Amino acid sequence: MTSQAPHPPLADALAQLGGRLYPSLGSVSGLQRLSGGASQETWAFSFEGPGGPVPLILRRAPGARVSDLAAGLETEAELLKLAEANGARVPHVRYVLTEADRCGRGFIMDRLDGETIPRKILRDTAFAGARPHLARDCGEALARIHQIDPGRLPQTLRAAPASVRLAELHRSYANIGRPNPVFALALRWLGENKPQDPARLLLVHGDFRHGNLMIGPDGVRGVLDWELAHLGDPMEDLGWICVPSWRFGQIDQPVGGFGQREDLFAAYEAAGGGRVDPARVRFWEVFGALQWGLMCSGMAEVFRSGADGSVERAMIGRRASEVEIDLLDYIAPLDGARHAG
Amino acid sequence: MQDEPRATEILPAVAQFLRDTVTTDHSAHTLFQARVAANAVDLAAREAELAPGLNEEERVRLMHILGHDGDLQTQNRALADALLEGRLSLSTPGMKAHLWATSMGKLAVDQPGYASYRRALKASQS
Repeated sequence: MTSQAPHPPLADALAQLGGRLYPSLGSVSGLQRLSGGASQETWAFSFEGPGGPVPLILRRAPGARVSDLAAGLETEAELLKLAEANGARVPHVRYVLTEADRCGRGFIMDRLDGETIPRKILRDTAFAGARPHLARDCGEALARIHQIDPGRLPQTLRAAPASVRLAELHRSYANIGRPNPVFALALRWLGENKPQDPARLLLVHGDFRHGNLMIGPDGVRGVLDWELAHLGDPMEDLGWICVPSWRFGQIDQPVGGFGQREDLFAAYEAAGGGRVDPARVRFWEVFGALQWGLMCSGMAEVFRSGADGSVERAMIGRRASEVEIDLLDYIAPLDGARHAG
Repeated sequence: MQDEPRATEILPAVAQFLRDTVTTDHSAHTLFQARVAANAVDLAAREAELAPGLNEEERVRLMHILGHDGDLQTQNRALADALLEGRLSLSTPGMKAHLWATSMGKLAVDQPGYASYRRALKASQS
């Protein structure tokens, strides 16, 4: 990035872009910021066409720099295209921004219709017909993602099998700087139970869970937010969707609060995802639980620093203890109690 | 030892929210934040009521496991480091019961409705 010129108002820049891309389309409408942190933004908008509005999403980084762990928006766009070509349900990428567009870095993709809010997906009657097959939908989606030929993946993807990911967790714990005996025990357990890194690293989505799954009454419609994609152990994705923190009270439905591991694994294997190793998945479940626990713990500092002094932020910090119970369920189950989930 | 931020840090944020946001911004997001703020006040009340007793019980357990007394921060640092380095483990007498009791004490303050907590509570009482 060499251009330091300020970006024109986003709606104007998008209108110019739309005029070039789709001469038949008219104005930009409904431009609305959806979410995103300081470095990445997600916007909803539409191009008004003769057949009605075309609903779209802009993912962009107004500045140049994103987190070290983020794949980068151009890489994300490339992964979405590869996933779509491999039969996974993902939003179709319409356009990757160039510097000439003066919208920052990023891309434009189709805006999918559906729901991402877990409590609605798990409770609303609209999704009652979908819930029984969501675990299988997830298995199938992950199989299609993991089957992408690693030789075709962008060179910019970082390689992060279990050994690398575990070192990251150790650093997170050390950086938080407050002692937590249960988290320390879990780190020790993970070190002692770490599976060998697979010989062949595959594409891992890295954040396959509620919030990043667009779900409709017909099931999983799209896998979103590829920011944390990396090369690694595909069992990481199967473990992450089973972490107790995503069950929202439905603790006997380990897969996202809506399904059973057996369904997830069977659909994954049936869709050609390769053999599932439940012990390896279990390692990644414990890993994922701790990863979320450390994320919660870290919120105390974010709250204090003033970067986000909201009550909501503080209260996320106080959810780390939920993860302690979940971790103990996995690695130090109460006598007579069965394992978590 | 309760987690952070402490109730004494959270309550001023609730007060600021009530003073600055609730009075000026009546959006749906403020309504959501108001529910979070109410939960925060409940948490602070539980912390004030339960933490002193929980902390004392924790101090006694830690003294038995570590063989010496000290403030909770220092004792928890010693315990966490020993677990991380494998000098102490789940086979250490009293360890498993201590970790469960301490985490359950945190949940009693932080999130007594958490489903896994309710299940563990039921299991420990039966």
